[in-house]
Amino acid sequence: MAGPDPMDAIRKTFFLECEDLLEALLEGLDALSTGSGDTDTVHSVFRAVHSIKGGAGAFGLDRLVTFAHRFESGLDALRTGRIEADAGALQLFLRAADLLGDLVRASRDGLPTDAGAEDSVLADLDGLLGTLPEEREEDLDFAPAMLAIPLDDDTPADAPAPLRLSFRPHEELYLSGNDPRHILAALSRLGPTEVTCHAEALPDLATLNPESSYLHWTVRCAPGVTTADIEAAFEFAAGLCDLEVTADEDPVPAAVPVPADPPPPDKNLPGAGPAAPPPAASSASAATTQTPTVRVDLDRVDRLVNLVGELVINQAMLSQSVRQGSLPPNSPVMAGLDEFLQLTRDIQDSVMMIRAQPIKPLFQRMGRIVREAASRTGKAVRLETSGEGTEIDKTVLDKLTDPLTHMIRNAVDHGLESTEVRRIAGKPDEGTVHLAAHHRSGRVIIDVSDDGGGLDRARIRARAIERGLLSEEADPTPSDLDALLFQPGFSTVDTVSDLSGRGVGMDVVKRAIQTLGGRIAITTEPGQGTTFSISLPLTLAILDGMVVEAGGETMVMPLGAVLETQTVTGADMDALTPESRVLRVRGRMLPLLDLGEVLGHHPRRDDLAGCVALIVQAEGGSRYALTVDRIADQRQVVIKGLGDSYGPIPGIAAATILGDGQVALILDPIELREHAPGARRPLAETMP
Amino acid sequence: MTLSVLAVDDSRTIRDMVRLTLDGAGHRTIVAEDGEHALRILDDGLPDGLPRPDLVITDINMPRLDGIGLIRALRQRPATRLVPILVLSTESAQTLKAQARDAGATGWIVKPFDPDRLLQALDRVAG
Repeated sequence: MAGPDPMDAIRKTFFLECEDLLEALLEGLDALSTGSGDTDTVHSVFRAVHSIKGGAGAFGLDRLVTFAHRFESGLDALRTGRIEADAGALQLFLRAADLLGDLVRASRDGLPTDAGAEDSVLADLDGLLGTLPEEREEDLDFAPAMLAIPLDDDTPADAPAPLRLSFRPHEELYLSGNDPRHILAALSRLGPTEVTCHAEALPDLATLNPESSYLHWTVRCAPGVTTADIEAAFEFAAGLCDLEVTADEDPVPAAVPVPADPPPPDKNLPGAGPAAPPPAASSASAATTQTPTVRVDLDRVDRLVNLVGELVINQAMLSQSVRQGSLPPNSPVMAGLDEFLQLTRDIQDSVMMIRAQPIKPLFQRMGRIVREAASRTGKAVRLETSGEGTEIDKTVLDKLTDPLTHMIRNAVDHGLESTEVRRIAGKPDEGTVHLAAHHRSGRVIIDVSDDGGGLDRARIRARAIERGLLSEEADPTPSDLDALLFQPGFSTVDTVSDLSGRGVGMDVVKRAIQTLGGRIAITTEPGQGTTFSISLPLTLAILDGMVVEAGGETMVMPLGAVLETQTVTGADMDALTPESRVLRVRGRMLPLLDLGEVLGHHPRRDDLAGCVALIVQAEGGSRYALTVDRIADQRQVVIKGLGDSYGPIPGIAAATILGDGQVALILDPIELREHAPGARRPLAETMP
Repeated sequence: MTLSVLAVDDSRTIRDMVRLTLDGAGHRTIVAEDGEHALRILDDGLPDGLPRPDLVITDINMPRLDGIGLIRALRQRPATRLVPILVLSTESAQTLKAQARDAGATGWIVKPFDPDRLLQALDRVAG
């Protein structure tokens, strides 16, 4: 049969399942660490590792199996109360869980793993269990009966005589669901076999107990059948029957009966008992029923998202042409169209919800970053999280890992003071990093806070002057100073720490957040700590936009970036230098850019009176004014990529299709500002 | 001969593998995620109106109702009192095996999952 190998699909399932199990594992261990776990938590933690081991074995992932097995032994000791769930043990289990995750992913992607880390964790696990007696792992109960037969079956050259066996089942054999029929059938599949049934003990019908064992058999096996074959056939019958094996030519049965307990005589077997009530479990089950879920390829969801996008565009086009047909507003067509609009929105929301995922797994991954950073800096750090249930678009979520990792490392590395300093400041030894997520006005806010010393503004200032980012005379506001952290090439520490990553500064974090349509801001309180606040759109697929016209082109400005609008009069405008103009907005001077000019649609215009100025939020809370000829509309637009053939165009984020079918570019307010002539002056707006 | 097999395991990977193996051998597989789910399936009735599965394959370590509990429950029910029950588990501790046997398990197969091994075991208990 052609087609994809079903094992590949199962393999995929396995790794997906592993992610869930790892999540449950970390969650459980976290709960145990904070004391909120109980016996059930221990069991579920054990089960997670156990299941990973089971699946890994099925795919021959030996290293994963070995590691999971030893990890499982440690958890088993915890489960059976042989070791205490103290901080040391849990710390070790968390490390093991992190490593298990690495191994799973390495197995999935076929990548090498850090054997050193593995050995170190295994050694520590051994140390933890060192004094405990090893759990014996014998394979006896259901294992093949050991048959002492007077024949060497590894001498095939002599064509050994066929084996003969006598098989006398106990009552228990039947009660365990075994059936002589199947055992004998399995034997006879090995070759021509003579089976004789001995029914002499069978009583007459009146006294027959249908659940007693009356029959026994003798079997002459096919030539070539070995004791191993017989052991295999009787695999599950060991201990439930008397079995004697002899070589055919040997008339004396030299075999030893399989040791077995005598059948307990007091079992009340005859007749079908009263219909036993089903166990309570089945009736109580309804309470624990989980919401069924379906796993769907992201590709399929994306296709749906795209189609809904098309639907939105189509709906907009339809509305537009109907409106142009100047129908009365209360006509059935208009009413239907309104309903269509509403439905489209609902479908859109529902589709977006499919892509939305809770932020919890991401937060969980940060637990590890904190642990690693803490152990390398020698600081005691606790990660607190809140709002893990907050949902966010999957694409955004995936792209948040790197910036968030960096910020967490920064928080531990630079944000938190050393234990010594904390003691002097009267703070607890253990520093806290708090990750919080919540929704606010259609965006997702993620706060990364530490309870460290706060930003050292004097040092930021000195560094900024040294780097030429600030003039000696400048007197920036505290928040403008803080915003300097996001300037490329800025670093507050003198030695580059390996934790925060060489050459990777907050400017990279900021850029990553911005590519996601997000913003980042800092608040800091000397001695109390620092909070980095990221604000992200719920989705990357749809944007609330302001449709504007400039230089004869129609463009879309993300609505979130527009703080207010104002019609320009000659009196509002001022020119500091011939190149740089400013607009007065309620007593504040904002740099003024003319969109058509910035994009090269027309040369510089001296008179901007009558234009509309959009007051746009740029970086770190700074603002500027952008003039356009007209605001045409305000609506949701579907974001379409520009396509690879264009490459990055400064100031342009993406494109969209408007209701009339026209293609419009979506503007990037931050890039626009950075690429505008004479605009690379972050503090310009604070000058009088 | 086509057998109807009820496979109980909390790991979807294992459920899928059991199903693949059994389907490949021409059997019919019904899956359950834990002991409780298995009993619920039996209560609700099997597909095709079968009175009982020909064979039950179960994991031991499962949430809600574990394998031992499931075996006990099955053995108490008239319909499944004599149905072969194979345990498929990574556990190999003797005490557990003894428990399973006392509860009424027919046989024990240790994972890692080996399709041939499973089919052989199937032959020995249900033919």
